[in-house]
Amino acid sequence: MAYSVDFNLSPIMELELESLRGDDTAQDSMCQLIRVTGTGLESGSPKTLEMDVLTTESRDRLASQMSDVRERADERRLQRSEESMQTNLLVRNRWSAATLRVLSSMPSRSVGQQSRLEIISQCNIRSTQLRRYHRQTKDVSLSSRPSIRGYGIEADSEDVCEEETKRQELVNNLQSLSAGDRVRMLRAMPLSLAEKTKLRKLAFSDKVGQSILSSQVPCCSLLKRTLYHILFGCLFILSSLQLWQVALKRLGGRFGTGVLSYFLFIRTLLLFNVFLFLINGLFLVLPQAIHPPLHTPSSHRVTGLELFTGTGYLSNSLMFYGYYTNSTINTSCRPAEATTGTGCGTTSDPHMMAYNIPLAYFFTIGITFFITGIVLVYSMSKSFGRSFRVFKSQGNLAIKIFCSWDFKVSKKMSVRLQSENITTQLKELLSEVKGGEEKGRLSGMAVHLLAWSISLGSTFFCALGIHCFAKDMHLRRLEDAEGEVSLVHEARLLALPGVVSCGNLLLPGLFNLMSWMENFNSPIVCLYVSIFRNLLLKVSILGVLCYHWLGKIAAEPEQHGLQCWESFVGQELYRFLLVDFIFTVLNTVFGEFIWKLFAQGVLRRRRKPVFDIARNVLELIYGQTLTWLGVLFTPLLPAVQILKLLLLFHMKKSSLLVNSLVAFLPQSSLLVNCQAPRKPWRASQMSTLFISLLCFPSFLGATVSVTYTIWTIKPSSGCGPFRNLPFMFHSGKQWAQELKSTNPKLAWLNWVHSCLVENPLFLFLMGGVFLMVIYIHTQIVDGQRKIISLLQEQMENEGKDKKFLITRLQAIHEERQYPLSPSSRPQPQGSEV
Amino acid sequence: MGNKQTIFTAQQLDAYQDCTFFTRKEILRLFDRYRDLAPQLVPLDYTDQPDVRLPYELIGSMPELKDNPFRQRIAEVFSEDGEGNMTLDDFLDMFSVLSEMAPRDLKAYYAFKIYDFNNDDFLCKSDLEKTLNKLTRNELTEDEVRMVCEKVIDEADLDNDGRLSLEDFQHMIVRAPDFLSTFHIRI
Repeated sequence: MAYSVDFNLSPIMELELESLRGDDTAQDSMCQLIRVTGTGLESGSPKTLEMDVLTTESRDRLASQMSDVRERADERRLQRSEESMQTNLLVRNRWSAATLRVLSSMPSRSVGQQSRLEIISQCNIRSTQLRRYHRQTKDVSLSSRPSIRGYGIEADSEDVCEEETKRQELVNNLQSLSAGDRVRMLRAMPLSLAEKTKLRKLAFSDKVGQSILSSQVPCCSLLKRTLYHILFGCLFILSSLQLWQVALKRLGGRFGTGVLSYFLFIRTLLLFNVFLFLINGLFLVLPQAIHPPLHTPSSHRVTGLELFTGTGYLSNSLMFYGYYTNSTINTSCRPAEATTGTGCGTTSDPHMMAYNIPLAYFFTIGITFFITGIVLVYSMSKSFGRSFRVFKSQGNLAIKIFCSWDFKVSKKMSVRLQSENITTQLKELLSEVKGGEEKGRLSGMAVHLLAWSISLGSTFFCALGIHCFAKDMHLRRLEDAEGEVSLVHEARLLALPGVVSCGNLLLPGLFNLMSWMENFNSPIVCLYVSIFRNLLLKVSILGVLCYHWLGKIAAEPEQHGLQCWESFVGQELYRFLLVDFIFTVLNTVFGEFIWKLFAQGVLRRRRKPVFDIARNVLELIYGQTLTWLGVLFTPLLPAVQILKLLLLFHMKKSSLLVNSLVAFLPQSSLLVNCQAPRKPWRASQMSTLFISLLCFPSFLGATVSVTYTIWTIKPSSGCGPFRNLPFMFHSGKQWAQELKSTNPKLAWLNWVHSCLVENPLFLFLMGGVFLMVIYIHTQIVDGQRKIISLLQEQMENEGKDKKFLITRLQAIHEERQYPLSPSSRPQPQGSEV
Repeated sequence: MGNKQTIFTAQQLDAYQDCTFFTRKEILRLFDRYRDLAPQLVPLDYTDQPDVRLPYELIGSMPELKDNPFRQRIAEVFSEDGEGNMTLDDFLDMFSVLSEMAPRDLKAYYAFKIYDFNNDDFLCKSDLEKTLNKLTRNELTEDEVRMVCEKVIDEADLDNDGRLSLEDFQHMIVRAPDFLSTFHIRI
């Protein structure tokens, strides 16, 4: 059989002949081959001749020679252009042992730097070597890949010696630190626990048998011991709050970090309120409860409505401001003898302890606000520090792959959901990379404008409506007050809170609709916009209400028919808190149910209810603001808030878990109905945002209102601890003046008070100094940021240098390997090898 | 706090307290969890430091780890023998690093080791591919996997050697503040 083999050599031949100029060995056979085939073709010999020429052997030889020639031609072509040489030579598996050896003994790879990093890197060295040592005892065939530190497999004995020296170095480093630092360093070491225990024994051989934390410095040891006992006592109380540990774990396992952050926020708020409640209770409520003031018992009908409106028998109870006396309680008095005058018994009794209620009231509220403020600012700054992004996130892909898997998620369905989320996000990112174009901007602008105008307009009208309604309600109440006190009149007190809660519930739904209409490109922008709109709504509502209470009612209480405006404001806040809670319960229980019916029946979509984290957190912040506003008028309001938060936690948890258990329609494939939000939830940034929202609009607003009340509003003359004073803070002033007269040794306190607190110049100075310090710090941070970007550039340049050197090394090695004519070779530079 | 427990000596408990981020109570609770995995293997008396090693299958069946795609790597990284069979020390170490009090550098170090499937102290392309496939449960096509890996190396490789070293990884973690909250297992 004759096969016509079309040996189309001509185009290839030309190139290779051209490149073969320097090649002697292959040339002869090549030329011979060409001649043979060429003659065969030209002479038009029968195909059998071609077959003869192309016997298997010569074909093989031909093939190998062709490939050989081609390879060398490739080499030469590459050697002519530097870039292609680089890319070829940077292919890892072509590196020679010499290159690898040089690479692995580079200074940055083998020796650590001074300071803590040295310890960590030494740990790395030790652990890698230990592992290799253990592995060596098992199997000897380690691949000859370059090790980071030290090339190849060293002898066993050398390993052991190196181990000992490195361990000794670690121990020395540890011993040079202070006790607290030692523990911190020990914990942060990336070594196994067994090795850490050995290190600990070696490093702290003088303190073996004791926990380092319990060993103390000789001086002031008693103080430290008591401090530790108090601290552990508090931690014990806090750790008993770990009762929620199991619930939080279940929630985190099923829904991920995002939903968990909401529940952790509830826990944080609970701690704040517990603190408020304890301090108030201890210093304010308890003394007054032990020595109740005398007052005419008024007859009130006991109906159940009192619990919701705070009126009736509650209005003259410990709950509200009006109950508290303005006198000094003397502890040796019997309650029967107590009067609202100057106290009871003889003032000359030396065993009496006088407890000045107005002063206690003033200082308790002041100190709790102060401490809460400090704690909030501290936690906010810590949160900021943790979530601070040093560099601009130009590339999120690596972070998405390595940092977005939530290890807390432990339910099978949730794990599946999470990996689906990540897959979708990666595919979206990839499609962006492939051909990302921005959607039409012009039409987007109009939609955005419309949405913003609708949101702002609705907020404005809501606030206006509440303002008018509140005025109307006051007039109505005046009329009611003149007539008989009936159930309807009392229930009408709940109308304003009801309207406000309705507004709070419905308007965020409108905002959600707006953002769905706007169809944001970036989900994070969408989240921030919705948070901002919700925040604006709540701030405006609270602003209108505060204006009403402090601006209108407090200024002219007689016009509104009130003897005790503070109690009234306290009751209003109590009502607002309760009604808000009732509406939340109704919304959670019925709202989601109704939405599911609506979505599946009318819209015919299997849309699962998504837990809107931002909206729920803002509701929590709103509730907390009400508490802080009301604590001046209702010292027991934190207790109400604590109960509310406890109930809210359990209710939201059950609703989430129940919704995820019930498959509403048989054809729904996933059992998880209440899913974690699809949008990428940056947990740490969000918790920073929540804490800063709690601090800035919420706590600051409350502090400003309370300060305004204490400083400028005249207390009512008929009730409360400040009833005879022109302003509330005069109680402190009076006490300071009394101190001067009774106890001359403490006169310097009075001087301090008059100089610092009452002198505006000092406050201006302090404010100025703080501002300067903040400005200097921001400048420092700016400068550091610039340095960071410069260093990054430098690192990139170093990378390029390294690439260059590697290619040179490899080129030199290859020249030595395959010695060819020296003329066509680039000269090696320098003496790097 | 009464010292009624007889599982560990006081020195052992102190050592554990100093070397992990757990308190005494938590250490004892973790011991109970460890023992619950195999009550017949784990003695109640650890004062003489018995060499008890629970096989990987038991560790991997814990509810916290059961559905985690990286559970095998986690167990391998923290186990002494590198196969996933853990002693009590390894167990405590693992949950200490994965607790919320561990600092970022420590977590980054161990996360790097977990994602380093071939244990060569670098995250090379094959490691990235395996990580990606575990994350997405093999839902991405080969092309997509390749593209993603290339892009990741482009983004994160600072010293331009074509693979991610520990320094590159830690540098990237600095830019991801969520890492502390996601690389966390509650126990």
